[in-house]
Amino acid sequence: MAFFEMTKTAIKTLLSTPATILYPAQPAKKTPLSRGHVTIDESRCISCGTCQRKCPSQAIIISKEAKTWQIDRLRCVVCNSCVDTCPVKCLFMDTQYSSPVIARSVELIAITYVKPVKPEKKDEASA
Amino acid sequence: MTKQIIVPFGPQHPVLPEPIHLDLVLEDERVVDVIPSIGYIHRGFEKLVEKREYTEYVYIAERTCGICSFIHGATYCQGIEQIMNIDVPERAQYLRVIWSEYSRLHSHLLWLGLFADSFGFENLFMNAWRIRERILDVMEQTTGGRVIQGSCKIGGVRRDISNEKLDEMRRDLDGIEREIRDLTTVFLQDDSIKHRLRNVGRLSKEDAYHLGAVGPTARGSGVAIDLRKTGYGAYGKLNFQLVTDNCGDCYGRCAVRAQELFTSIDLIRQAVRKIPDGPIDVRVTGAPNGEFFTRAEQPRGELVHYLKGNGTKFLVRSRIRTPTLTNIPPLVRMLQGCELADVPVIVLSIDPCISCTER
Repeated sequence: MAFFEMTKTAIKTLLSTPATILYPAQPAKKTPLSRGHVTIDESRCISCGTCQRKCPSQAIIISKEAKTWQIDRLRCVVCNSCVDTCPVKCLFMDTQYSSPVIARSVELIAITYVKPVKPEKKDEASA
Repeated sequence: MTKQIIVPFGPQHPVLPEPIHLDLVLEDERVVDVIPSIGYIHRGFEKLVEKREYTEYVYIAERTCGICSFIHGATYCQGIEQIMNIDVPERAQYLRVIWSEYSRLHSHLLWLGLFADSFGFENLFMNAWRIRERILDVMEQTTGGRVIQGSCKIGGVRRDISNEKLDEMRRDLDGIEREIRDLTTVFLQDDSIKHRLRNVGRLSKEDAYHLGAVGPTARGSGVAIDLRKTGYGAYGKLNFQLVTDNCGDCYGRCAVRAQELFTSIDLIRQAVRKIPDGPIDVRVTGAPNGEFFTRAEQPRGELVHYLKGNGTKFLVRSRIRTPTLTNIPPLVRMLQGCELADVPVIVLSIDPCISCTER
């Protein structure tokens, strides 16, 4: 009796809470592993360029001279490749999606990393 | 003789998720011939292989399709691993099977929903997609992506699933299976659905075989082919029954996909039970030098990746033959002689994935 089969499902869904989220009012579902957008800790980036080479969509451009890290959010396919390959682990995957835009633009971040001069640093730390 | 007229179907059509164009040659309301044409979303993936390192191309291979993405990535990795003679750890192979079967579940549920939509059963469409959402949640919890998992890499997988999470997934499947059973009962028992699908878009066993039908389209006509039976990856260590149906009509293809949901659930359960502990990847050095044809079973049928490397980081040739491409000639045969009103249902019954087809 197929009619009653569908009725069973209909009654079940009628009595249960909605399957969907009322999105802007309630936050979207996220998991700790969700790939949202890439962020950088600019104070630790050594400008090695690995992320740029390993990016399958060529979204990242790094400039050693200008000391900038640049990402085109619309090119980025959020594959996590740069985060996995970064030798100093200064790239992170944020679980929040990047915010919508109305025009194409790149995000330019100045790298503030300064190569430490080791002996002096040690002296300062001990003092 | 009745006057023949040509009615264009697609590339934009309410029932089509993706653009394919069919010129329907009609005599009154009856379709006498069909001229298919594709080429609306060609993206040149096969050329891109020359511009990206073979390790990065996994991400691109995965984006060939938005539904069976994981299996595309896994098949590409499988091919490179065969060229380079890499032994993939057993745990990684089991994880690939688990994710592949989850992909199959989500693809078949998506298709059942779209199919219900094509014959005007909106409620069933919503219900199929409601269940699918639970599958996608598991995908996101384990890989980080809902439809583009990105968890496969050459030499293994990028992420492990903890044993606790695997247990939780297995327990979850019981609830999902109950819901799927309710859903498939409606698809297979409901009189109005049966009436709509029976004897629509018939494809005989001989035609299915000779025209090169693959996957559920072939199995729905009684041709027992399933690449998983060749035992690639960890499939050789798992037991499952091939689902076939002798109807050869839309109902048969629907029944095959509905039954395959349970096969997939069973395969995931077996894999979770048998999965060994150990490493999930091996270190890969060097570059592929040689060529290989690798095959895998997608939700839509047999997928072939041909890969050729010359010892550099860039492959020289990649050829992807997707199941929808081979299912177009059988589709043309199915459409010949049908009524115009049945065309949307028949087109959907092969589970067309045009992005796949054009790469």
